[in-house]
Amino acid sequence: MVTELKVSAIENGTVIDHIPSKNVFQVIKILDLENFDNQILFGTNLESKKYGTKGIIKVRNKYFADDDINRISLVAPKATLIVIKDFQVVEKRRVEVPDTIDGIVRCFNPNCITNVENVATKFKVVSKDEVILQCHYCEKNTVKKNISFK
Amino acid sequence: MKGKSLISINDYSKEEQISILELAAHFEQNPIQKILDGYVVATLFFEPSTRTRLSFESAVNRLGGKVIGFSDSSSSSVKKGESLKDTILTVSNYSDLIVMRNPVEGSARYASEVSKVPVINAGDGSNQHPTQTLLDLYTIRQTQKTLDNLHVAFVGDLKYGRTVHSLVQALCNYNTTFYFISPNELKLPSYIKMNIKNSNLKYYQLTDMAEVMSNIDILYMTRVQRERFSDPLEYERVKDAYILKRDMLTDIKENMKILHPLPRVNEISEDVDDTPQAYYFQQALNGVFVRQALITSILGIK
Ligand SMILES: [Zn+2]
Repeated sequence: MVTELKVSAIENGTVIDHIPSKNVFQVIKILDLENFDNQILFGTNLESKKYGTKGIIKVRNKYFADDDINRISLVAPKATLIVIKDFQVVEKRRVEVPDTIDGIVRCFNPNCITNVENVATKFKVVSKDEVILQCHYCEKNTVKKNISFK
Repeated sequence: MKGKSLISINDYSKEEQISILELAAHFEQNPIQKILDGYVVATLFFEPSTRTRLSFESAVNRLGGKVIGFSDSSSSSVKKGESLKDTILTVSNYSDLIVMRNPVEGSARYASEVSKVPVINAGDGSNQHPTQTLLDLYTIRQTQKTLDNLHVAFVGDLKYGRTVHSLVQALCNYNTTFYFISPNELKLPSYIKMNIKNSNLKYYQLTDMAEVMSNIDILYMTRVQRERFSDPLEYERVKDAYILKRDMLTDIKENMKILHPLPRVNEISEDVDDTPQAYYFQQALNGVFVRQALITSILGIK
């Protein structure tokens, strides 16, 4: 309850909970929240019983498509999505690693066309457990520890 | 396969690959046919590769088609900073098919997505070179009369050799037993081994080719290059172990053939060339027939 008070409740919208504290800004970037007009509240380094500390983001009057929200699984694999209508939780679920990742991740291969010319990246997720992304263009794998964002 | 680009060997199903090989056999019987009259094929070589380019151009010329293009990027607008997209869009106005070689990995896939005409990948950096794979499959089939259930050994640089990677991927369709013989530093990457495991096939990794000589149907040799080693002393220590010499060909199967993607440096000693097992020069010739088959299939002529 204490952590909830630090970032106030919303009437309608989406709460993304259990984000690793250090990745809150990454999630903001992946979801492109910087360019939203909606009211956004976020907190980092909040206490979490499960994980020590956590981050949380609340976006007022916004509901995300599954494909959009699942992209954050790359930096927040244990995040919970909470959909709120009239102050009530109407849906609560874990994010899932999607089958494909478009646009947000950089290919780890410096000689890939996506790093040489202005070409948007596309990856097939070949392992959801280990998070291994295979580039649609150069076919090389980008593993979790090498993932960086465009 | 009409209109279908070939970027990666797996873009074509096993059945499509076989149909190309069968058509290639037809062109081997009748290599000169004026069936490409009026067609223009563009060969865009952003890095020089005389052997591959001549093979494609010979294939088109023998069928009566015309070739336009460039043989390295220094003589083209690319040097002036034109994007790949603009080059491809322009050239696809002038041609029915684009054959492209480009040192940037993934460039061929991207070209096929922006091009108005089909694209054949003639090599994109260390990634794919699918016409080499088709001609390797053709040669194996030609020498063994089948592609199924063969024992195939790969020798040399298995880490960086894209030719090896693509052929291994393709052979996973044919119940192959694989033998990989390389220095420890140049072993087959795990993502290629994953293909073999997923197909439930057997493979063996060794450092000495003498151990497998009597088991195999195909011996696929590749170059071991000094610059691939982090320690030059290690190169000096292992290099001779990956050179094929005539006296190693004593206890072998009757049908065994030696292949090599060429050019070779010293990994097959020259006294092997006139043994009945040496097949690498015929292998190179097959490239023209396979490319004739591929081009006519994609253009919808055969
Ligand atoms: Zn890539």
